[in-house]
Amino acid sequence: MSSGVAVDLENLWIRFGDFVAVRDANVAINGGDFFSFLGPSGCGKTTILRSVSGFLEPSEGTVRIGGRDMAGIGPNKRPTALIFQNLALFPLMKVWENISFSMEVAGVSAGERRKRADELLDMIALEGQGDKMPSELSGGQKQRVAIARALCANPDVLLLDEPLSALDLKLRQHMRTELREIQQRVGITFIYITHDQGEALTMSDNVAVMKGGVIDQIDTGHDIYDHPATPFVASFVGETNVFRGKISRIDGNQALISTNRSGDLLARITPTQVGKMSVGDDAMMFIRPEALQLGEADASAKTTISAGTVNEEFEGNSFSVFLEGDGGKSIKMSVPNVGQDNISVRGKDLSLHYDANNAIMMPAGELASD
Amino acid sequence: MKKKMIFSEFFRNNGLGMGSLLIALVGFWLIFLIVLPQLSMLDYSFRFNLPPAEQGGPKDFYTLSNYEHLLYGSDQTHQTYNSVDLMVFVRTIIAAMLVTLFNIVLCYPLAYFLGQSKGSGFVRLLVVLLIIPYWINEILRAFALRIIFGESGLLNEALMFMHLIREPIDFIRQDIALYAGLGYAYILLMLFPMYNVIESLDRNQIEAARDMGASWIQIHRRIVIPHAKPGIVSGATMVFMLTAGALAAPQILGGPSSLWFTQLVYQWFNDSLNWQQGAAYAIVLLASTIVIVLTVMRIFKVNMGDIGK
Repeated sequence: MSSGVAVDLENLWIRFGDFVAVRDANVAINGGDFFSFLGPSGCGKTTILRSVSGFLEPSEGTVRIGGRDMAGIGPNKRPTALIFQNLALFPLMKVWENISFSMEVAGVSAGERRKRADELLDMIALEGQGDKMPSELSGGQKQRVAIARALCANPDVLLLDEPLSALDLKLRQHMRTELREIQQRVGITFIYITHDQGEALTMSDNVAVMKGGVIDQIDTGHDIYDHPATPFVASFVGETNVFRGKISRIDGNQALISTNRSGDLLARITPTQVGKMSVGDDAMMFIRPEALQLGEADASAKTTISAGTVNEEFEGNSFSVFLEGDGGKSIKMSVPNVGQDNISVRGKDLSLHYDANNAIMMPAGELASD
Repeated sequence: MKKKMIFSEFFRNNGLGMGSLLIALVGFWLIFLIVLPQLSMLDYSFRFNLPPAEQGGPKDFYTLSNYEHLLYGSDQTHQTYNSVDLMVFVRTIIAAMLVTLFNIVLCYPLAYFLGQSKGSGFVRLLVVLLIIPYWINEILRAFALRIIFGESGLLNEALMFMHLIREPIDFIRQDIALYAGLGYAYILLMLFPMYNVIESLDRNQIEAARDMGASWIQIHRRIVIPHAKPGIVSGATMVFMLTAGALAAPQILGGPSSLWFTQLVYQWFNDSLNWQQGAAYAIVLLASTIVIVLTVMRIFKVNMGDIGK
C-alpha cells in the first residue's frame, strides 16, 4: 500500500475576507491511505478539499502532492480527481461518455475511450450499461459511475466530498464497503470528507476531526473513538455522557473528578494530557453509553453512579436507556439486545458502574453541539 | 386520457363556474386573437382586389394571382421573375439570420456571466440596466440610434475626435445603422432565455469538467452550450421571427436603397391599398420563417417542448 502518492498540508490557512475557514492545518497523508476529514458542516473540511483539488488557493501555507508544491497549478493540471457531493454527472452525455470524459478532453479516440469505459464499467459491476443516460440509473449506480469517471483519468489522489450523503441508509452502508474495496484495489490515496462519523470510522486508515477551521485530532478511527484528544472530539464522535467538575486527585494516568451532582468519579486521563493536568483544574469526564453497566461496584472504586430510568428506546441491536442521575443529570446507557424480553433496568433507584479505564478525563473545553 | 385528467383536475381546483370562465377566456384568445385573424389574412391572400361593389359578385373567386405577383411581377406571361421583390425577400431572410447569429454571439458571454454569478446585487443591477432602454418606445429607440449613427452623430464625432477616421462614415447608407438597430431591437429576447438556462446549470458540472482536465473551450462546447441549447434556440426563434417581421427599424434606419420585406407588405396595405396582395406577401413571409425555424430545430435536435419551457 505504499505505492500511493502522499499529500502534505503545511501551515495551511484559508481565509475568506475576515472569516478564517481553515486555521493552520498540518496534515501528512500517507500514500495509499484512506484518509477522512470529519466534522460538522461549516468546519472547513470542504475548504481543505478544494485547496487540494486546486479550486481554491490557500491564503498561506503549502499543499504538496507527491512532494510537489501545488501552488499556482490549476485543478485541470493536478493529479487529483474530485467526486462531488451531488456527483455532477453530465446529464446530456451517455454513461460511457461521462466515464471517459477526461480522455475525450485529452483528445483520445472514441474507440479507445469506449474500451476504457467498458473496462471501468466492468469494475463497478455495470457492464453493458454504457449506452444509458445517467438519469436512467439508480442512486447507487450513479454513485459508481461517478467513481469510475474519477478513476478514468488515473489520478494519484481521489477526493470525495460527502458523496454518500444522498443515499438511503442501506445503500450508504453498502457503498462504504464498496468504496473501501475499490480503494484497496486501485491502491491510490483517497481523501474523504464527511460529517458522518460512521463513514469515517469504518472506511478510513486515519481520520482528522475538525471544528471551526481547526483540526483537533488526527488518528486512526479506533484511537479517535477510544482516546479522544479534546472534549469536542469525545462528544462529536460517537455518543457519550459528559460529567463536569474539578480534579480532586491525580494518580498516575488516573484522576478523580468531583462532579457537582454525581459525586466523585474516577477516570483515565486521555493520553495527550497525562502529566499535564493538576488538582483543581476544570475537567470533563466522558463515558460512552455502552461502557455503563448495571449494578454497584466496590464503593471505594469511585466508579458508581446512581440513577433512575426515565425512558427507553428500542434501537434494534440495542436498547437505549435514558436515566436521570442525582440532581437531574441525564445519562444515556446502551444495553445490547441479546434476546431478553425486557431489559431489566427499570426502576427508581439503580446503580450504574463502569471500568475506570473506559472513562476518559480531560481539561474542560468546547463540546460538539447537537 | 391524460388530457382528460388535466381538465378534470382543473375543474376540481377552480370550481365549475370559474373553470368554465377561464377555459372560455383561453378559447376566446385562441380563436379570436390567433386563429381568425390569420385565417382572414389567408382568405384575403387568395382574392382579387375588387371595388366594394364587385365583392361577392361573379368576379370574386379564389385565385393564386397574388402569389404569382411575388414570383413574376406584373408579367402575365411568367417569362421574367419579379427580381426586385424576390431579392428583397431573400435579403430580408438572410439578414434576419445574420442578425440572429450576431445576437447569439453577443448574448452568450453576457448570459454566461449573468447566469453563473448568481445572486449578487451587481448582477441584479445589471439586469435592470439592460431592461431600462426597453421601456422606451421602439420607434424612439430607432430614432435615437439614427442620431447616434448620423453623419454628425455621436459615433462619427467620437471616431473623428480619436483620429481613427478623417471623414464621417455614412452608417445609414451602408446599412450599418440598420443592422445595429435590428440587432438591438430584440436582443433581450435572446439574452433572457439564454440567461435562464445557463443559470439552471449546476456549477459543479463546470468544476467537474475542469477537474477532469477540460479547457475553457471544451467546457463550453461539451457542457454549457448543450445545456443552454433549448434557451439558445428559443431566443433565436423569437429574434429571427421578430427581426424578419420588423418594420420600425428598417423604416427609420434603413438606407434609401435597402428595403425590408415588411416594408413591401406595408406598402401594399397602406400605399396601394391592396390588402389582398399585402396578405399574400405576409403569408409567404410567415410560412417561410416557420419552415426555416422548424428546419433549424430539427438540425439542432430541439423540440417544441424544450422551447416552451
